[in-house]
Amino acid sequence: MVTKLIILLVIVLGVIAAAQLMRVYELSSKLREQKENEISNRDNRMNAALMLLFMILLFGGFIWLMLAYGWVGRGESASVHGHELDWLLNLNFVIIIAIFFLTNFLLFWFAFKYVRKPGVPAFYYPHNNKLEMIWTVIPAIVLAIVIILGLKSWNEVTGDSSKEAINVEIFAKRFSWQARYSGTDNQLGKFDYKLTQDERNPLAVMTGETIQTAIDSMEHGGGGIQWLEDKLNDRTIMIAPDDRMAYEKSLHAKEKLIRLLYQMRQSHDAKLDKMAMDDFFSDTLFLCVDQEYEFSFRSKDVLHSAYFPHFRAQMNTVPGMTTRLKFIPDKTTEEMRVSRGVEDFEFVLLCNKICGGSHYKMKMMIKVLSKKDYDVWVKSKSKGVLSAGATLKNPAWDIEPSTFDYKFHKQPAVEVQEVAKEEGGNEVVMDDLEEVNNPSAE
Amino acid sequence: MAAVAIDGHGHDDHGHHEESFVSKYIFSQDHKMIGKQFLMTAVFMGVTAMILSILFRIQLAWPGESSDFLSFFLGDQWAPGGVLSEDMYLGLVTIHGTIMVFFLLTGGLSGTFSNLLIPLQIGARDMASGFLNMLSYWFFFISSMLMFSSLFIETGPAMAGWTIYPPLAALPQAISGSGLGMTLWLFSMAIFIASSLLGSLNYIVTILNLRTKGMSMTRLPLTIWAFFITAILGVLSFPVLLSAALLLMMDRMAGTSFFLSDIIIEGEMLTNHGGSPLLYQHLFWFLGHPEVYIVLLPALGLSSEIISTNSRKPIFGYRAMIGSMLAIGFLSFIVWAHHMFVTGMNPFLGSVFVFTTLLIAIPSAVKAFNYITTLWKGSIIFTPAMLFAIGLVSTFITGGVTGIILADAALDITTHDTYFVIAHFHVVMGLSAVFGMYAGVYHWFPKMFGKLMNTKLGFAHFWVTIVGAYGVFFPMHFVGLAGAPRRYYDYSVYGEFDKESLALQMDLNVIITIFAIMAAMGQLIFLFNFFYSIFRGPKAPQNPWKSNTLEWTTPVEHVHGNWPGELPTVHRWPYDYSKPGSEVDFIPQNVPLAEGEEKH
Repeated sequence: MVTKLIILLVIVLGVIAAAQLMRVYELSSKLREQKENEISNRDNRMNAALMLLFMILLFGGFIWLMLAYGWVGRGESASVHGHELDWLLNLNFVIIIAIFFLTNFLLFWFAFKYVRKPGVPAFYYPHNNKLEMIWTVIPAIVLAIVIILGLKSWNEVTGDSSKEAINVEIFAKRFSWQARYSGTDNQLGKFDYKLTQDERNPLAVMTGETIQTAIDSMEHGGGGIQWLEDKLNDRTIMIAPDDRMAYEKSLHAKEKLIRLLYQMRQSHDAKLDKMAMDDFFSDTLFLCVDQEYEFSFRSKDVLHSAYFPHFRAQMNTVPGMTTRLKFIPDKTTEEMRVSRGVEDFEFVLLCNKICGGSHYKMKMMIKVLSKKDYDVWVKSKSKGVLSAGATLKNPAWDIEPSTFDYKFHKQPAVEVQEVAKEEGGNEVVMDDLEEVNNPSAE
Repeated sequence: MAAVAIDGHGHDDHGHHEESFVSKYIFSQDHKMIGKQFLMTAVFMGVTAMILSILFRIQLAWPGESSDFLSFFLGDQWAPGGVLSEDMYLGLVTIHGTIMVFFLLTGGLSGTFSNLLIPLQIGARDMASGFLNMLSYWFFFISSMLMFSSLFIETGPAMAGWTIYPPLAALPQAISGSGLGMTLWLFSMAIFIASSLLGSLNYIVTILNLRTKGMSMTRLPLTIWAFFITAILGVLSFPVLLSAALLLMMDRMAGTSFFLSDIIIEGEMLTNHGGSPLLYQHLFWFLGHPEVYIVLLPALGLSSEIISTNSRKPIFGYRAMIGSMLAIGFLSFIVWAHHMFVTGMNPFLGSVFVFTTLLIAIPSAVKAFNYITTLWKGSIIFTPAMLFAIGLVSTFITGGVTGIILADAALDITTHDTYFVIAHFHVVMGLSAVFGMYAGVYHWFPKMFGKLMNTKLGFAHFWVTIVGAYGVFFPMHFVGLAGAPRRYYDYSVYGEFDKESLALQMDLNVIITIFAIMAAMGQLIFLFNFFYSIFRGPKAPQNPWKSNTLEWTTPVEHVHGNWPGELPTVHRWPYDYSKPGSEVDFIPQNVPLAEGEEKH
């Protein structure tokens, strides 16, 4: 409190001191018969010189930044289309940097050169149609080139992926990402947000069984319809009015949702279940180098944006809507570490749309593997090696719902690890995977 | 209220009839007083927004370090132990952006100078409706106070970014600021929009109907053209934001699903189906992009006038300047979705918007080159206003060129929502508009208060500001190119995947913050000069800058109806500076053509 008072006092005294200085200044300029609205030649020339000095500072600062930080943070692209986009970006930079230098130079140079000189009148020059035509047409031509090249790339980047592309779904929720791989049939199972069960079906995958589970839990689970009705009708207990309102609201919502779930059960096509059965999940995004990927994006709660800075790709994830993008990684993590000279470099997927307090922490590590390593990983994944084998060390490794366990992970852990070894599983990769998954261990 | 009372001692009333304090200083219907009221409120809001920016810049430069400055302003709740809380960081950036865009650069800039200059420069006694004009200010004042008060509530101000995208903005469960803070934000904005519409309608009607004899549309100063186009943009686009705000309020309060669908938030499964967050974005940016020009055009108009006057030369290409403003105004309505290239919008739609957006560069280039040519062979006088006007041209160019990259959808993929965008719009829109506003204040201060501001302090203010401003926003481009997402509380997270990039983030963020603090200090020079000069500045002569426009033919002391006698008659365009054949280097608009003199 005392410090705050002292600070306040210092500020007040400072203002008073400044005001007194101003009085002195004004009295002295009155003596010199100088008026505030008439800028003296000396001041004028000083400002003109400062214009030139500032221009030099501005250009110098820009060049220094360019040399010191030009492309450091971004690094080279690690995806096929990224190289083309980088080329286009560089081309655009050449154009705009040229404009920046040219126009700023003219501006500050003229400001310096044409400062008022006693006896030299200004040149009355209201317009010149030819000149104006020049600086309408030239930008138009340059822009036409920029537009054509830009749209060409845009169409390629956003176009359909080829048949070889692997389908992967990226699921966003505050504040983490999960990947769902389409498995052997390369088809992602259907989903519906109403099937979400935090423990057993966090990604709301749709099968006949998950629909039934969701119905059961909504009808009879803790906090379900039955539970709420019992609570509200129980005359032996007192419920605070706020709680009662919350219960009633929740009951109302659940009654609405359960009707939709009944409809879903009725219209569900059991043949589609097998699309979901071979899907597998991962908290780290594993990609195979030189393989095309078709990503679809979903969000559980609010907007997020899947930003892959190193792959030059980005797409928002929108609740209630599926979005997509495609790219082909063309450098493995190892190759990138070498080329960037950063030992523990990792590819990363960042959240780039404000989603809450911990927005800045929301990211997913990406690991680009060689074809051989990737196949080993996929095999282990689809047979449940990692999820089962890693449970001892790190239970959060995999997020397969426990209901799926008996379908997806029938083999006990030890057995599957043996399978992986038999098939030439790469031990190094396995260690690496755990490391990625658990960066805090470093 | 305090802001209004401040200029209460500035000058005596020499009007036609006696007025009470209340009708003169508070519920005034005189456009000059209303202009000053807008300015005072804007100064207050601007200082608030500036302090907010310094608070979050401290966190970005020295993440996690305890700061007395933070705990002084934010206390234990929002800065426990002097470290900014994550939620409040988002609250600060949200309210900083909101105040800057809407309250300082829309209400403050357009409100101040449209009100002050439209009647004075077209030769009218007052606005078409003084009463609506008064309402416009008081709505603005109420909305400012609502927005300001949201900083002090227990759950904090709105925290969803100044664009308040739902679902984050719609769900109080998602973040504390989406509770009462967001409600205040929405109410404040609804009232703000009402204020803006009342003002804009008044400006349009006044310009169309109340021009004095001889003041044809092609003799209007470029300031008036800028205000005119700005007002049209406002009238056509602000209602769309109002509808977005109303629909969002209904989603929040009435259980509708305009913007919400299939959401599970904090374990609660919502029943909303079929809404689209993208719909909100379309509605928001349908205002949001014209808004950029609502902010920018008045600044360009003011600087046109100032550059011409202080170069002692006619503005180069008067008609091209009007044409390019009209083109910018029109195009600004068909470019909004360039903010949405990566939202999941159909890519084909994206390519249409690439085309329209890049077209805007053409009229912008015309304007920039015309400014530069106006300086060429001029006889430049560096008043503080002129310095800021030249600064505006520089930032308009520097910020404008990076727009070429962002408008290109393919390149926007990697730059979208990074600091590159932040740098771009702060330079082209923020700095240009702020510089334009400063230029306007220095230039028309004698008209507003009948006093002169100190020029030496003005010089110091400009040079500190432009060095600080470029120092803040130039490095920001590089932070953005390195892929730093905006609205991140702490870039230390880069250490987990890329140490080299982390070093860049940390270095540059420190540099940026130091320049930001320096620039903020520079604004204190202005504040001191401004308030000191209102009370004790030397008395201004009638036409201090030897300017041609009509406002300088009115008496220094304000009178009701602006001109004591007849309204002036206009005989020429406003840019007859250094006209050959004339003895003086300026010929005011109300001077008849000499015998044999040609029109421009």
